[in-house]
Amino acid sequence: MILFIAIPIGSAFVQSLFIQHDQVLVLSKNCGPFGCRETTSVDIEATKELRQDSPLGKFNGIGTYLNRSHLAFAEVGNAWAVSRTFSGFLNEVLDLPFYGALMFTLTYTAVVTPLVLLLGLAIAIGVNGLPNIIKGPSIFVSLLPFLVTPLVGSLILFWMVDGDGIIGATIQLIFNDPDLSLKASTGLTWTMLIVYGIWHTLPFSFIVFYAGLQTVPVDTLEAAEIDGATKWQCTVYVVVPHLVPLITFVTLMLLMDNFRVFEPIVSFSAEAHARSLSWIIFNDLRESGNPLYGSAGATSILTIIGVIFLLTPVLIRNWRDFKLRRL
Amino acid sequence: MTRTARTPIKFFSVLSFSLVALWLLIAAFPFLWTFWGSFKVQSDFFSKADWMYALWGTNTARETGNAFTGSGYYGAWIIEGFWKNFLNSGIVVFFTVIISLTFGTLGGYALARSGFRYAFWILMAALVFRAMPHITLVSGYLLPFFEWNIWGYLPTTIIVLVAMNQPFTIWMLHSFFLNVPKDMDESAMIDGCTRFEAFRYVIVPVMWPGVITTGLFSFLLAYNDFTVTVMLLSEENETIIPAINSFLGTTQVEGKVMYAVAAVVSVTAPILVLILFFQRQIVSGLTAGAVKG
Repeated sequence: MILFIAIPIGSAFVQSLFIQHDQVLVLSKNCGPFGCRETTSVDIEATKELRQDSPLGKFNGIGTYLNRSHLAFAEVGNAWAVSRTFSGFLNEVLDLPFYGALMFTLTYTAVVTPLVLLLGLAIAIGVNGLPNIIKGPSIFVSLLPFLVTPLVGSLILFWMVDGDGIIGATIQLIFNDPDLSLKASTGLTWTMLIVYGIWHTLPFSFIVFYAGLQTVPVDTLEAAEIDGATKWQCTVYVVVPHLVPLITFVTLMLLMDNFRVFEPIVSFSAEAHARSLSWIIFNDLRESGNPLYGSAGATSILTIIGVIFLLTPVLIRNWRDFKLRRL
Repeated sequence: MTRTARTPIKFFSVLSFSLVALWLLIAAFPFLWTFWGSFKVQSDFFSKADWMYALWGTNTARETGNAFTGSGYYGAWIIEGFWKNFLNSGIVVFFTVIISLTFGTLGGYALARSGFRYAFWILMAALVFRAMPHITLVSGYLLPFFEWNIWGYLPTTIIVLVAMNQPFTIWMLHSFFLNVPKDMDESAMIDGCTRFEAFRYVIVPVMWPGVITTGLFSFLLAYNDFTVTVMLLSEENETIIPAINSFLGTTQVEGKVMYAVAAVVSVTAPILVLILFFQRQIVSGLTAGAVKG
């Protein structure tokens, strides 16, 4: 296990320190009837040989981390110096690939997570109140969007919101604008991805909360009811506090899942407007014929740092629990 | 639930019922729509003129003589050779599940019985691992695989998938084995069994519920995987999910979109069957982490 997880991370790190070789250039003189000209051409043979000798490329230290497509300190500093207003600075920075992706990933995570939590809880309470006969089927239906392959699920939605698909056409009709396309503007693309995200992850929080609701002590509920609590009050003051540990757990899971959003961007072909960190790595590796391992590695390492940052509070709490149990 | 039945219907219940109804509609409708539409021609599935076309298959009837057509399926499975991708997926999924369950069972059992020093570290590994975008690991794998010339083959992918799956499997089975009373194998060992015999004759018969639940999730992971398979498999070895993706790249031609639609429906069908039969295990697996973590 350690072998298979630690080594690739290490390998990604090592790769991130290198960049691909420059092409070997040859200067040649080209003499014709109108005099001689010097031309530069690429010596393909030599380039190939060099690439084969050391496939990692040449050592670049942390240069890759600092270049324009990653942390881009130089560009950020420049933007800070040039732009007068803060929003101008922000615009400038978000144009840089890494920060743009970080921004989308964070926005996506920050919007989807709370919405999914709330709606999941509401639906779980609703389903819990249903008669037993329709409970099973409704859980069955609810599980579908979660378990279906993310790529496939988002494709299904993508076809529906297509300008010619049912939802897309309806929206065009409502706004009376035949050119309206959800794919054309950044805001709408983000909204679309976020709606998909909610659709996809809602079942998870729903199922966990539903299972939690089965363990709510009936006595407490009845006592509250006898004391004259309305159903709403029961929910807020008895059920929700009972579910707090579950809420923490679901939040954690959702944060992790949303942070690595990737597949919907591929199948919505939304990369023109929304890129996530995962997508950037994917794109670097896909660079046809000449994958940018260094760049992908650097983004990977930065992403891993982001994940660890996200998880630190949980890790610390777990560590404390663990030590307590040991004493 | 007699309690609910007794209370008169109030605003709150009406609200929550309508919310549930709305959600069920939102959850199910896209699937029904796509399933229904997969038997139509493209001009019906993307019918801008009148959405009722998609329901009644007006254009489909005009073009093929029947309101339902299997041409999308024929195109995807026969012409585009989707069956081959399906076969690849079958191989990958089967071996991934078998291998990760074997290691997971043995490892989980060993960890559960050998004191709880490791427990924390496995939990942490499983957690951090779950949080890590898979693509970050793939980017680490890719270059060495090219160098060793093992890129593009199914076994390589299986190994990677097993590796990605392992922390989760071990963690699930570890907590499952913790719930199997220690007395059982201890008494078997007092009766003269070796450690292995105790495992074989006492633990194996009772472990199936846990193994099935874990297996289901390994299955889903391997079956649904896009990141690993798209990066690590060459074109002729593609599994279904990257295959669908490459359909999209090449098939903006009239009619071919329906191939992708049919393929998507075919991919969803096994998952539907799976949920139908194993709903209870899936729910218990989803919540197991919550209750114990």
